[in-house]
Amino acid sequence: MGFIAGEYDICVVGAGHAGCEAALAAARLGMSTVVFAINLDSIANMPCNPNIGGTAKGQLVREIDALGGEMGKAADKNTIQSKILNASKGPAVYSLRAQIDRRRYQMTMKHTLEMQENLDVKQAEIVKLLYTENDGIKSIRGVVTHTGTEYRCKAVILTTGTYLKGKIIIGDTAFSSGPDGIFPADRLSDCLEKMGIKLLRLKTGTPARINSRSIDFSKMQIQYGDDNITPFSFENQSLETEQVVCWLTRTTEKTHNIIKENIHRSPLYGGLIEGIGPRYCPSIEDKIVRFADKESHQLFIEPMGRDTEEMYIQGFSTSLPEDVQADMIHSVPGLENARVMRSAYAIEYDAIDSTQLKLSLEFKNIDNLFSAGQINGSSGYEEAAGQGIIAGINAALKLMGKEPLIIDRSQGYIGVLIDDLVTKGTKEPYRMMTSRAEYRLLLRQDNADMRLTEIGHSVGLISEERYKKFLIKKQQIEDEIDRVCKKNISPDEKTMNLLEKYKSTPIKSGVKLSELIKRPELSYEILEEIDPERPQLSSAVKEQVNICVKYEGYIKRQEAQVEQFKKLEKRALSKNIDYSEIKGLCLEARQKLNAMKPESLGQASRISGVSPADISVLLIYLNGKGREQNGF
Amino acid sequence: MISSKDTIAAISTAQGTGGIGIIRISGKNAVGTADGIFHGKTSVKDMDSHTIQYGKIKDTKTGEIIDEVMLTKMSAPATYTREDVIEINCHGNILIQRRILSLIYENGARPAEPGEFTKRAFLNGRIDLTQAEAVMDLINSKTEKSREAAVLQLSGKISGYINNIIEKLLNIMARIEVTVDYPEHDDEADTAVIAETELKEIYSDLSSAIESYDTGRLLKTGIQTTIVGKPNSGKSTLLNELAGYDRAIVTDIPGTTRDIVEENINIDGILLNLKDTAGIRRSEDVVEQIGIKLAMENIKTSDLVIYVISLSEEDPVDIHILEEIKDKKAIIFLNKEDLAKDGEADNIKEILKGYSLGENIKIVVSSLKREKGAEEIKKAIKDMFFSGNLSQNDQLIITAERHVNLIKQSQNAISDGIDSLLGGMPLDMLSVDIRNAAEYLGEIVGMSISENLIDKIFSSFCIGK
Ligand SMILES: Nc1nc2c(ncn2[C@@H]2O[C@H](COP(=O)(O)OP(=O)(O)OP(=O)(O)O)[C@@H](O)[C@H]2O)c(=O)[nH]1
Ligand SMILES: [Mg+2]
Repeated sequence: MGFIAGEYDICVVGAGHAGCEAALAAARLGMSTVVFAINLDSIANMPCNPNIGGTAKGQLVREIDALGGEMGKAADKNTIQSKILNASKGPAVYSLRAQIDRRRYQMTMKHTLEMQENLDVKQAEIVKLLYTENDGIKSIRGVVTHTGTEYRCKAVILTTGTYLKGKIIIGDTAFSSGPDGIFPADRLSDCLEKMGIKLLRLKTGTPARINSRSIDFSKMQIQYGDDNITPFSFENQSLETEQVVCWLTRTTEKTHNIIKENIHRSPLYGGLIEGIGPRYCPSIEDKIVRFADKESHQLFIEPMGRDTEEMYIQGFSTSLPEDVQADMIHSVPGLENARVMRSAYAIEYDAIDSTQLKLSLEFKNIDNLFSAGQINGSSGYEEAAGQGIIAGINAALKLMGKEPLIIDRSQGYIGVLIDDLVTKGTKEPYRMMTSRAEYRLLLRQDNADMRLTEIGHSVGLISEERYKKFLIKKQQIEDEIDRVCKKNISPDEKTMNLLEKYKSTPIKSGVKLSELIKRPELSYEILEEIDPERPQLSSAVKEQVNICVKYEGYIKRQEAQVEQFKKLEKRALSKNIDYSEIKGLCLEARQKLNAMKPESLGQASRISGVSPADISVLLIYLNGKGREQNGF
Repeated sequence: MISSKDTIAAISTAQGTGGIGIIRISGKNAVGTADGIFHGKTSVKDMDSHTIQYGKIKDTKTGEIIDEVMLTKMSAPATYTREDVIEINCHGNILIQRRILSLIYENGARPAEPGEFTKRAFLNGRIDLTQAEAVMDLINSKTEKSREAAVLQLSGKISGYINNIIEKLLNIMARIEVTVDYPEHDDEADTAVIAETELKEIYSDLSSAIESYDTGRLLKTGIQTTIVGKPNSGKSTLLNELAGYDRAIVTDIPGTTRDIVEENINIDGILLNLKDTAGIRRSEDVVEQIGIKLAMENIKTSDLVIYVISLSEEDPVDIHILEEIKDKKAIIFLNKEDLAKDGEADNIKEILKGYSLGENIKIVVSSLKREKGAEEIKKAIKDMFFSGNLSQNDQLIITAERHVNLIKQSQNAISDGIDSLLGGMPLDMLSVDIRNAAEYLGEIVGMSISENLIDKIFSSFCIGK
């Protein structure tokens, strides 16, 4: 037996984006917590793209913030360029995306961990979990580091990212490594397998970094940030910072030819890579093979920070050998003389089969073992952080003997993310997309606080002060919506002039102000001129009023869909049902249901292999059970 | 509670038809039940699956022989219900069938609920929802054509059609989603234009499906047809001709028919619920007046009106009747050509033209005396309702009310989407409508759509990080 170095309530294994949120949430909820990283200088690293947010991901960051998480605040502090994507589309898909100073972000997050009450930060590789087993039920007892030191704890949260048996592949060379040249964690997987956890092998990759001094920007298109920066965190009203620029260029016919001529040297085609890579972020060679008729692909050149010349080539991820990479880069306009600082690589790693988890992110068969982030098969910093905060909260709630926090699909992208991972599992790294959220019109980035602050507060991560501010904002929105729905606008000269100015059909008799807001060419803002009684309101409140009034019809349609959805969600399925005994279920459904033990009929309906016909059978079964119990 | 563990039995041929009756037993104990009453060379238990055997049905208590029958044994799972199934072919006499059935009940089966065999087939995964509904239609179908429509549905024709439209909707949605999730993606320019044209196409496609429901309903319940005209024009003669026997009284005295005479008629598999009415004229006779009033009322509720005009009469056209039938499907039947002056038929046609009658009105010239006109009117009816191509199996006909309602809801959702697109709503909002539209259609065939959508996005578009 090794040296017992300490006792904690909760151990977090890994200090990436999931681990940081998990550790902070647990510690803030009063749990004595320790978080381990193989290298403390890699805390909250961004080994891939130097940005946070984007479509669907921006929504995740704001949800994390509304629950009391850290990512949004840290991003705001280190934003070097910010943009709302999809600004020309509907508000449901506006997505905030910021270029981040990667190094400074890491330092901010590391310092936040260091300053946190109840939280210890330690450099160590965890190689083993300690547990007891009683009547086939395993319970977590502690962790062991690579030096043999033991830490006792009541719960463990696994947030190992891409470190487990990490293997980097560049062309025909492969070596064991974590991301960004950090040591991999080679031993923990074996312990997990011994505990009966099913693992899978996943793959992801990152493009090369080049020195900006070797780039000819005159051949590229400049990309500016938005004039007014929208912060991620609801605690920040506004954000002032000097913004950097990004650049746009494209692959050429020559690039494509180089890739085609060398495709046989790709490890993917040579069989060196066994992990399954994501479909949505294919390497450039994938794109060229699969979409052969596309003549060119966009490439964005993005700075990695203020204190560095390193530039990231977005869209150019590859695992071809270094000599081919150099040729490819040099075939792109503006990059003819580019000097590579870090080569592109693919990385393969162990992940768990996420269907082994409950919606709380605790393992179904192992008491007090939680897991979050890329180890669960997701991809992306924001997806990791979203799971991290939920795992941290639920580990804490579990130790307090409370019910877990489960965000459902109609409450947040976090809910969609976790439900998808846990219910359907994934065979490739899972990236959040707005199209995965069936109720995305309700899950907007602008109303994440309206959806989740209440929950964050009742869990205990939102301060009283912030909560009070939130309640005031909520009241202001309700009052103002009420007012514009009642307020009459008459067809006087001022009104007619305004309508004419915006090419809006003139009104013949009085109409409600809300009716005018609904017109596509008008908005709450525009109508201020003819609305003198308007109260002083913050821009966030105005935005809410505008969206809620303007899209009222659609919001109502979507709410009706949610109501349908909740019906099945409310039908709980007991863990004790033996599905092999239910007549009428198809064989595949029986097996899947018995393996998964879904928590509700709604969750059951989303398991692949369970058909709507099977759900009707289950409904008939549940109704029958109800009657039996009532003595029929 | 109705348990699916029970063994069930019922007479499965329509009552009062045909020379034989079929009694069907399904469930775990079907074989045991049959052995309790059937006496053949071998016991039912020892019969091979999917074989047939001659034998007798005996009342074991009295020893009385009830009937001589053929018994078919089909073992699970290759049966309609995927359970053990026994079929007993007995005599058509309903009393005999009932005796046999009650013996079966005494031997461990219970009466089947209406549609319960089909429900079991569905629950046991043998058929999908639309197929189950088709079976119901099949059982209830009265004519060959309605049976055909049900068979088409059973063969998955409707599922195929619906799945095809869902596919199209998913395609539009996938296009929209790509523009949203990959804003840097550069080939998104005309997504809105494409969405608009395609949604409009789907909208009109669904319209024809909805229209076909009328056809489907007519096939199932029959075409409500009323024969009207002046007294003595030959209305009852026409009814008799179509019925193939003397259903109504025919005399040369005007005013013979005073009350409505009804007859169901099968024209090459199309069912007509034909009503012969009292000749319409000014009359002092109270009974006749009521008959005339009824005739006029019947016009309103009919799917088809046959207006019989006698060419032998002076000034034979009745404007009031024309007024009533103007906007309906109608056939103007110019009868008694044999008695008419030369060119009279063309003459009347010319006069009728002056009344600007709708497209749905056809004219047939006839002389029932000379056996002319019956075939022509049959053809006219077929053309009118089924455009003559019903026998070609490619025409989709919606027969279930559930389906047509869901299709209408889906169409409404699509029209919401088109409206907001034209009204300047952002493109991505449309996903709500398209999802609704697809969801409604998905309910018809029983499928969920979200997974398909994700696959679609990946398989059809080039997207990058
Ligand atoms: N010559 C000739 N006589 C016909 C023809 N069709 C019917 N008739 C005769 O016309 C007479 C009237 O026929 P019905 O069928 O009873 O006439 P209806 O229209 O039913 O008359 P009401 O019931 O009195 O209104 C009968 O004597 C028929 O035989 C035809 O095409 N030519
Ligand atoms: Mg008559």
